[in-house]
Amino acid sequence: MTELTGWGRYPRHRSEALRPASPKALPLLMASRTGLVARGNGRAYGDAAIGERVTLLATGLDRIQAFDPATGRVSVEAGVLLSDLLNVVVPHGFFLPVVPGTKFVTIGGMIASDVHGKNHHRDGGFGDHVEKLTLALPDGSTVACSREENPELLAATIGGMGLTGTILDATFRLRSIETGWMRQTTTVARNLDDAIRALQETSNATYSVAWVDCLARGAALGRSLIFAAEHATLRDLDALRPDAEPYPASKLGRLAVPLDLPSFTLNRLSVSAFNEFYFRAGAVKSGYPFLVHWDPYFFPLDGIGNWNRIYGRRGFLQYQCVVPTAQARSALGSILERVSKHGSASFLAVLKQLGPGHGNLSFPLEGFTLTLDLPVSDEAFPLLDELDRLVVEARGRLYLAKDARQSPATFEAGYPGLPRFRDQRRAIGATGRISSRLSVRLGI
Amino acid sequence: MTPSKTLLVVGGTSDIGRATALHYAQAGWRVQLAARNEEEACRNADDVRARTGTEVTVHRLDVLDTAAFGSFADSLSPLPDTVVCVVGELGDQVLGQSDLSHASLVLRTNFEGPALLLGFFAERFLVRGYGTIVGVSSVAGDRGRGSNYLYGAAKAGFTAFLSGLRNRLAPKDLRVVTVKPGFVRTQMTAGMKLPPVLTAEPDEVGQAIFTAAEKNGRDVIYVRPIWRPVMMVIGSIPERFFKRLRL
Repeated sequence: MTELTGWGRYPRHRSEALRPASPKALPLLMASRTGLVARGNGRAYGDAAIGERVTLLATGLDRIQAFDPATGRVSVEAGVLLSDLLNVVVPHGFFLPVVPGTKFVTIGGMIASDVHGKNHHRDGGFGDHVEKLTLALPDGSTVACSREENPELLAATIGGMGLTGTILDATFRLRSIETGWMRQTTTVARNLDDAIRALQETSNATYSVAWVDCLARGAALGRSLIFAAEHATLRDLDALRPDAEPYPASKLGRLAVPLDLPSFTLNRLSVSAFNEFYFRAGAVKSGYPFLVHWDPYFFPLDGIGNWNRIYGRRGFLQYQCVVPTAQARSALGSILERVSKHGSASFLAVLKQLGPGHGNLSFPLEGFTLTLDLPVSDEAFPLLDELDRLVVEARGRLYLAKDARQSPATFEAGYPGLPRFRDQRRAIGATGRISSRLSVRLGI
Repeated sequence: MTPSKTLLVVGGTSDIGRATALHYAQAGWRVQLAARNEEEACRNADDVRARTGTEVTVHRLDVLDTAAFGSFADSLSPLPDTVVCVVGELGDQVLGQSDLSHASLVLRTNFEGPALLLGFFAERFLVRGYGTIVGVSSVAGDRGRGSNYLYGAAKAGFTAFLSGLRNRLAPKDLRVVTVKPGFVRTQMTAGMKLPPVLTAEPDEVGQAIFTAAEKNGRDVIYVRPIWRPVMMVIGSIPERFFKRLRL
């Protein structure tokens, strides 16, 4: 028995941890155990990747099966890390069609959480780009899923949090890029209305995201920086940084948080980080684009190893909700008001526009998503319960890959596809056999 | 780019074998993976090919099946420039104390098979006039310990074999490299509690093998340099004290 947590280090649960060495060994384990779920690199924040009794560690399934630099099609075992794959494909002029905010996730985890990136409004979630995958079912059989073969099982598995079976491998197409640099423009939004408008106006940009200053109140509530970006072309590179490598290698972070910091450091770190961004924004405010290396652009926190430790031993909660566009201003405004009043809540939040989703348990729906961090404390839970009510009222939902504490009622209200998902689980014999702490807590 | 050189990894399903193959492939070498389990070796071959674009072939070989060495070597096209043998089996010391067939398997897998195979390739390399031989031995062979002396004794034999082979081949300009990885985080050590400072990742071992065999010309390497003083201290403890230690 091992004590496992998600990236937020809350909650902690004991589970037997098994590490199959090959995709062939994994289905046999599935057939011989119950109450299990697969775990990738453990970057889901809450309890999604902790098995009720058994956790299948997929990190041994780390082989790239095929990569064709002519077509950009790649097949990988599910435990391959995004960071690993990027190191292989970027020098060939390819990038993944969708990446989340950290590169330390497995491809299987990216599918199971149907991760979205800063380009969801244009390109959908990662699951939209998966051509086929192999799924190990609870009885130990394996089944191929694609748009032609078992399409419903494929759709349920995308965003299915590992609850329809264990993904063994997947095939998808990469996006071709001319350089490994990003051409970024930064604009300042004075308040939430401004930020939402700016995100809508920049929705023709491939990537866009807003960093919200949670300390701002009153008329400045929702004050933000909007970062819009494109993959830089060779011409951009020539114009802006002619001496740069076209496909720079991944930047290895030199910083690491070696131990749990007392929680007061959080405030200082966050505030100074935000000030720095404001300063930088000031420098480029007049709209000049500048080049950013792909690694810090997409994965700014990956440069700091174990950054989750800055929240201290009790861990932290990441709260990510999405609300439909029509309700976004009022609902997100109310949320930010409550957060800014609350002493220990995060000083930074991330605001993004999402395009249409595809149902099941996949998170995205057309609207705006807000993400914030809170250290675990006795006051955090009632605050988040209050935010949940606002989200439910606005017909929004919470991201399961981040969740550690929502109630079954909040979950059911947010995911109308749940009954169908339960039916599908029953049909493949997953009910009761494949179960995570999250699925038990939410009654999936 | 036409890769000019070819590497043979014996033990192509192991974590160290995979890492070694990858380091050579990244440097433009062609790779031959030999293993008992061809299907698992193909998994690694596909991976190395996908990551590097290099040519990788898979060959069935059981190092205990000495009768098959000749046809195995004949099937390799070309005969490799460098052969790295990473075959090893920790076995079960306690079981081996009473079960002689298990003890024999540990001795043969860690000593007899790898030594005979590398000796066999040495003769082929001599005929051809060049070639590099790398044997992955173990710090466990530096001094026998109560908890794993079957494995240790076999590795000690392997280390001595490599030393002798090196001594014999040196005048002919054929190189023999002995690698003592120390603790490595692999399938073999999965679930063991290992001291982080003394424990290498398979990738470090692959890098160290490539550097020693193809770059800096060292004969005997400890993957993490800290092992050299550690083994010096362990080696210098007088036997009358050493025999009382729980190691």
